[in-house]
Amino acid sequence: MSYPLNKSGQGIAIESGAPSVLRPALSRRAFMASLSAGSLVLATRFASGASVSLVGSSALDFEPDLFVSIDPTGLVTILAHRSEMGTGIRTALPMVVADELGADWERVVIEQSIGDARTGSQNTDGSQSVRGFYDRMRIAGATARRMLEQAAAQEWGVDAEECNASEHKVTHKASKRSLGFGELVEAASKLDVPAPQSLRMRDKKEYRIVGKNVPLTDMDGLLDGSAKFGIDARLDGQLYAVIARSPVLGGTLVNYDSDAALAVDGVVEVLEIPPFEAPHSFQALGGVAVVATNTWAAIQGRKALAVEWEAGPNGAFESKAFEAELAESARTPGRVCRDEGDAVAALKDADPADVFSADYYVPFLAHAPMEPPCALANVELNSDGQVTHCEVWTATQNPQAAQGILAGTLGIPPEQAIVNVTLLGGGFGRKSKPDYVAEAAILSRDLGAPVHVTWTREDDIRHDYYHTVGAVHMQAVQDKQGKPTAWLQRSAFPPITSTFVAGARDGGAGEMGMGFTDLPYALDHLRVENSPASAHLRIGWLRSVAHIYHAFGVCSFPDELAHRAGKEPLSYLLELLGEDRHLKLDGVQYSNGGESMEDYPIDIARLRHVTERAAKLAGWGRKLPKGKGLGIACHRSFLSYCATVVEVDVSKSGVLSITKVSSVIDAGTVIHPDRVKAQMEGAAVFGTSLAVHGEITAKDGAVIESNFDTYPLARMNDAPKEIQVEIVENDAPPGGVGEVGVPPFAPALCNAIFAATGKRVRRLPIRHHDLSWS
Amino acid sequence: MSEIRVNGQTHEIQTDPDMPLLWVLRDVLGMQGTKYGCGIGQCGSCTVHLAGQAVKACSLPVSAVGDLEVTTIEGLSTDGQHPVQKAWREHGVPQCGYCQVGQMMAAAALLTSKPKPTDADIDRGMSGNLCRCGTYTRVRAAIKTAGKEMAK
Ligand code: FES
Ligand code: FES
Repeated sequence: MSYPLNKSGQGIAIESGAPSVLRPALSRRAFMASLSAGSLVLATRFASGASVSLVGSSALDFEPDLFVSIDPTGLVTILAHRSEMGTGIRTALPMVVADELGADWERVVIEQSIGDARTGSQNTDGSQSVRGFYDRMRIAGATARRMLEQAAAQEWGVDAEECNASEHKVTHKASKRSLGFGELVEAASKLDVPAPQSLRMRDKKEYRIVGKNVPLTDMDGLLDGSAKFGIDARLDGQLYAVIARSPVLGGTLVNYDSDAALAVDGVVEVLEIPPFEAPHSFQALGGVAVVATNTWAAIQGRKALAVEWEAGPNGAFESKAFEAELAESARTPGRVCRDEGDAVAALKDADPADVFSADYYVPFLAHAPMEPPCALANVELNSDGQVTHCEVWTATQNPQAAQGILAGTLGIPPEQAIVNVTLLGGGFGRKSKPDYVAEAAILSRDLGAPVHVTWTREDDIRHDYYHTVGAVHMQAVQDKQGKPTAWLQRSAFPPITSTFVAGARDGGAGEMGMGFTDLPYALDHLRVENSPASAHLRIGWLRSVAHIYHAFGVCSFPDELAHRAGKEPLSYLLELLGEDRHLKLDGVQYSNGGESMEDYPIDIARLRHVTERAAKLAGWGRKLPKGKGLGIACHRSFLSYCATVVEVDVSKSGVLSITKVSSVIDAGTVIHPDRVKAQMEGAAVFGTSLAVHGEITAKDGAVIESNFDTYPLARMNDAPKEIQVEIVENDAPPGGVGEVGVPPFAPALCNAIFAATGKRVRRLPIRHHDLSWS
Repeated sequence: MSEIRVNGQTHEIQTDPDMPLLWVLRDVLGMQGTKYGCGIGQCGSCTVHLAGQAVKACSLPVSAVGDLEVTTIEGLSTDGQHPVQKAWREHGVPQCGYCQVGQMMAAAALLTSKPKPTDADIDRGMSGNLCRCGTYTRVRAAIKTAGKEMAK
């Protein structure tokens, strides 16, 4: 089986295809001019009062590269093409450009790109923004620098090699002359753009911005409330819509009372959105839209609709019954994905007393970004009903996928769809699936007005692309010293493929390669298998994806084996990692995040290093009274290495408090250390939410939970009290950051709970377990 | 027709008296700093001050505001330099930032009533504000920093 894995192997890249006509990133001028419909109050951040000229906007500008432009005043504009959802990427990638260029960070402005295939992938997913674009950003900066240096050299009649750009000017050291960037713009514009291979990249020690915690591009707006998210997108004359969707995936509309909805003050229209055709992929789900002059009226109107649905085949789905089915599937021999030695024979021949098995289970989870999915669309038609203009403003992780679904929905070429990317109030994978963009476009087309679609929290929790439920079965034979001599692990989960291929039941190589086929332990006999499972809800990727359930099994099981053998868990784990080596995965379908095993090997020495450092950071080995405990887990994901130690305090009555988290990450080259730290802190809280609280259930095919009262998240009072993070200094190529802290968290926490109470949690969430002890 | 006072200005509004203050601010008055997150008083994204007290604007019908003064993030300071905003900047609190307006409004109200909050005070005062990005440890640290500045 196969589906189009994106470069990271993390989810699906539904690219809009290579458009035949490339559309430039809209300049601010064109951007404002395009707003014939009215005044737009969305804008990227600009230096206040500065004369901003943007990429492609003025004949006087120097535009050596798609990502960088300099105007005659010297103002540098850098294009940010990845979406900002809290990682700081709108700051980090431009830092690389600015540093290669030799720019003064204070004289740089950041412009957000529209969906534009020329920028390369904009799919802000898979923890790959820095990894995928570090070199590209260096080329952008170095190209501009070389041309400015050449322009200055020409002016002075010296060799360009003797000139150096730094602090926003080019200097010739020998003659002590210098010219500002702005003064060189005209001459530089006349030069040929050098080939990337001819460029000299700066040495790391020349960097003045990379590696520093510069203030975030968007900080001021986030603090004074002026930052614009998708929910804040506004055009004059826009209408506000909420949509009633079938509670069961694939249900059909039977009846509704539009009169009652229209009677609500402010409601102007009730209209149907046609149902999707299987597979649902990123299509609008379909339903009944209530359109009003404000969001509240639309919500009230929807309440009055009294929609009747026919559930269809998914109406029989019960998550509770499914749990038993899934666990059974994980215990049943499946498809072999990695096989070394003969684990099956070793398990069969072993003395049953030496065989240990355990089953782990992680339920469905919802993304629940604080800003729910939202989009504003303005679609204009001519008298023949053809689309003459299609523009959206939306919080999307993947504007090119939005162009793709707009093209499919409206019957236009993808490049005709202008997708403006706002700030995202969190994404976590939800906002790479642009079904909500399609909804807004359909409504705008049918109503002839700009329409803003807001998902209420209930819509978000009940109609998500859920993180899939996963069951993991682990088996090992232990020798007399407790060391595992044979190991079998098998997972079963409704796959992400089911969103793109109706009826798909097998785990993809991408999902299996997330912390499962790449098991890092030294074992003579190892088998990794996958068993099938059917999807009855929309399935999608969520921060760290299949690593969540795989790491839960793979990092809990060694702790169980250690305790069973009476061994100290940390030294047991380190021994299990085996010798420092690069893991070979010959014959295994393994994407390695789309990178080569030479550039990004599975390096056990790095995994060991973070494990040892996290243990040290946490003060591993301290004697703790009963009720307190430490747990550790290490995991490689998104080409980076992370180990986490969780410290807990469980009261006799079973109240859990996470007193401290100590995490160490090795992500290779790091651009903005404080944002890496912030992502690791966030991962510990995200991990707390999923481990302690998260569970989506379904009855009669419909999701039961609906808001934060029934789908709780970690809060100030139950989140980790203290989180310490260390970043390994490393010149290796950049790995991922945003998701890397999540996978080891839940197993480390459950290992800590075992150390504190002797109670083993193998099924999440923890809140369903009695942790009391005496 | 009725009147409400927001950030020192009086606005005449003609809306359903049951419309929550949140939607009046966002969709009627065009003040979008205050955010929607749940609509049922569970997340705190919509936190504003009503006569100096932190309230959840999604759960307050506009008719209940009466002549009490509403303060939103747009009115917390004129220059983005309220001690809470300064501390938030210093600690690099925001990730996506979506919840942070509500966090700052809740923190500012907490510090007015408890200038030197203990961890337990912060737990009590801030647990109504969700942050999906997980900035809680920095929120806690920033509140302590802001408290020190406000005590000066
Ligand atoms: S939107 Fe008001 S508390 Fe969530
Ligand atoms: S910073 Fe993103 S939700 Fe709090």
